[in-house]
Amino acid sequence: MTMNQKIIGTKLNATALENTASHTISVIVDNEVGVLARVIGLFSGRGYNIESLTVAPDDMEGQTSRITIVTTGTPMVIEQIKAQLDRLVPVIRVGDLTLDGPSVERELALIKVAPNPEDREEARRIAEAFRAKTVDSTKGSFIFEVTGKTEKITAFATLMQELGLVEVVRTGVAALARGQDKL
Amino acid sequence: MTTKPLSGAAILIKSLEDLGVDVIFGYPGGAVLPIYDEIFQQTKIRHILVRHEQAAVHAAEGYARSTGKPGVVLVTSGPGATNAITGLTDAMLDSIPVVCLTGQVPTHLIGSDAFQEADTVGISRHCTKHNYLVKDVDKLSSIVHEAFYVATNGRPGPVVIDIPKDVQIQTSDVLHSGRISHRSYKPQLKGDIENIREAVELLASAKKPIIYSGGGVINSGPAAAQLLREFVKMTGFPITSTLMGLGAVSGTDKHFLGMLGMHGTYEANNAMHKCDVMLCLGARFDDRVTGRLDAFSPHSKKIHVDIDRSSINKTVHVDLPIVGDAAHVLEDMIKVWKSGVHSADKEALADWWTQIETWRDRKCLNYTQRDDVIMPQYAVQRLYELTKDRKPYISTEVGQHQMWAAQFYMFEEPNHWLTSGGLGTMGYGLPAAIGAQVAHPDKLVIDIAGEASILMNIQEMSTAMQYGLPVKVFILNNEYMGMVRQWQDLNHEGRYSNSYTEALPDFVKLAESFGAVGIRAEMPDELDGAIMEMIASDKPVIFDCRVAKLENCYPMVPSGAGHHEMILADAEDHEEFSGGAALV
Repeated sequence: MTMNQKIIGTKLNATALENTASHTISVIVDNEVGVLARVIGLFSGRGYNIESLTVAPDDMEGQTSRITIVTTGTPMVIEQIKAQLDRLVPVIRVGDLTLDGPSVERELALIKVAPNPEDREEARRIAEAFRAKTVDSTKGSFIFEVTGKTEKITAFATLMQELGLVEVVRTGVAALARGQDKL
Repeated sequence: MTTKPLSGAAILIKSLEDLGVDVIFGYPGGAVLPIYDEIFQQTKIRHILVRHEQAAVHAAEGYARSTGKPGVVLVTSGPGATNAITGLTDAMLDSIPVVCLTGQVPTHLIGSDAFQEADTVGISRHCTKHNYLVKDVDKLSSIVHEAFYVATNGRPGPVVIDIPKDVQIQTSDVLHSGRISHRSYKPQLKGDIENIREAVELLASAKKPIIYSGGGVINSGPAAAQLLREFVKMTGFPITSTLMGLGAVSGTDKHFLGMLGMHGTYEANNAMHKCDVMLCLGARFDDRVTGRLDAFSPHSKKIHVDIDRSSINKTVHVDLPIVGDAAHVLEDMIKVWKSGVHSADKEALADWWTQIETWRDRKCLNYTQRDDVIMPQYAVQRLYELTKDRKPYISTEVGQHQMWAAQFYMFEEPNHWLTSGGLGTMGYGLPAAIGAQVAHPDKLVIDIAGEASILMNIQEMSTAMQYGLPVKVFILNNEYMGMVRQWQDLNHEGRYSNSYTEALPDFVKLAESFGAVGIRAEMPDELDGAIMEMIASDKPVIFDCRVAKLENCYPMVPSGAGHHEMILADAEDHEEFSGGAALV
């Protein structure tokens, strides 16, 4: 199960916006029924933003899942989000990849393009420049698979827009802290 | 542990017994019949049949608050569960340990919009600390044990266990026994000792210290209140309390400045505004306490002790956070303080007290006594004077009467004050009083009520009668939803839209119709005799105390104002406070 949600949350007032920053938060949870609803419900109930959210089991036995949430807020709001997550009963650990040191963030997207015949080569050329794989090809269309930082995927999709972009699906951000330590 | 197979319902009752449950507040229905059948066939657990599921939860809260033990509720699926939601939300906001067992339609019908089906775990997710849907009878016993662990450990709260009817009937030989440890939920009890040392240093160097204590001290248990008393005595610091924290220190202790906040005392709010070091113990800087945030205690260093990390820095920036249980942290604070290097700045403290006494001399709770009508404050004062020796349990409904009770009834002990603080649930007081009376059958239990609130759960008089629970309902009857009317005075130019109750019942006859005792007092000179008659009765009593209709509750920090912008009763010419109309 992997999902990506884009929720434009509550309106933040002008003063709060000043120190607003994006944070990538990792949450290890017991893989029990309703745990995702608890996490999402916490965000909607308390008016926090979710920019991207991914979740999938993270161990071989399927006992735990790892939820990666990209959210924005002032330092006080981010602290509050982490504390609120931490007090949910099935939450085992909460980490802030933005604060706790360098991390690697990746997102995968499938991008369907139906270019005019004269633009087919251009589309493939750009895909190559972005190291995108062609995972489906018909006479009139391609599906490219592209992996990278969120900005890279946005840039790629933007370029494809002029060449006949049909649809885009993104996984949302997956992220790990650099180095040998485990969350 | 393996034994001979038992039905899910039997396993449930056995597990409750093992956990020391002696009473359940509930109401039967189709989806819980197997559990009721088990209840019928045993004698260890008493079942109190309420008249509405909301009241079952409030009664469990009253039981929990007055004993420190978790309250247990049993209701059926669908409407049984949805009726319990207000009570669960109330327990959530006030951090009261409650375990609510709800029946559910059989597993194979879940999701089919079956008769009396509601998505109970979905609906209650936001108003419980945690909830469970039991799909496997083998897991039932351990889930029940875990639910009690979660409800009572860390910051307490309500937990729902939703049990489909087929799971109640299926058999299993798996019975959990002994203590449970949760793999992810392990609240921190001991505070960080370095932070505690720093806190003690900060307090010792304070010129104008104040202790602001809350419901966390009550929830922590009687030891916390005892330690707090010791700490206050040792340091000589002034202390104020939230609505939820009343009784942690004696209401008559000279160090106690009364309640703070919207209807707090002049001395408590001014001391909070002017202090230089604040020690917040188990309170959460609620908006009713702080008033306008940017005007809240602007010159103080703030120390915040709370078992729930998410309470720290939620609305007010705190300089020194200590995550831990109030009793554990107080114990360490006292140790560090006693270790010799610390003592209060006596000279500065004397000056601070001189300042506080000038605020106290303002006598902010004064009101104009009349001899042609009972003033509501006078009624609570007389009730206090005539009952204090019996150390009664006092519950309240919500509104002006609740604030007057908080201002004028002085509590000597913790766990004797049962009021809906966070959610502000009208209809709370009578069922809560019933819960407390069940736990303390020989004690005096009084619900200080308003005539509007009491009608929200008046049906529980029938419960009180059935079980011979002699609760006393003391209604300050002014015929208005007094607090609504007061706000309409303040913010809506006196347009009393729908705040007057026409066609009120005759409360004396109403009492009698239940088989209870009805008493009415209309004049100040008959009040004492009537109160004595009430407490002499061994039956439930409804006391219709007719009070001045248009009296407002002061002092008041209007919504959107700071602590220093209080309205006092005798300052008739107070400026209209603008900006409050849009706030709650």
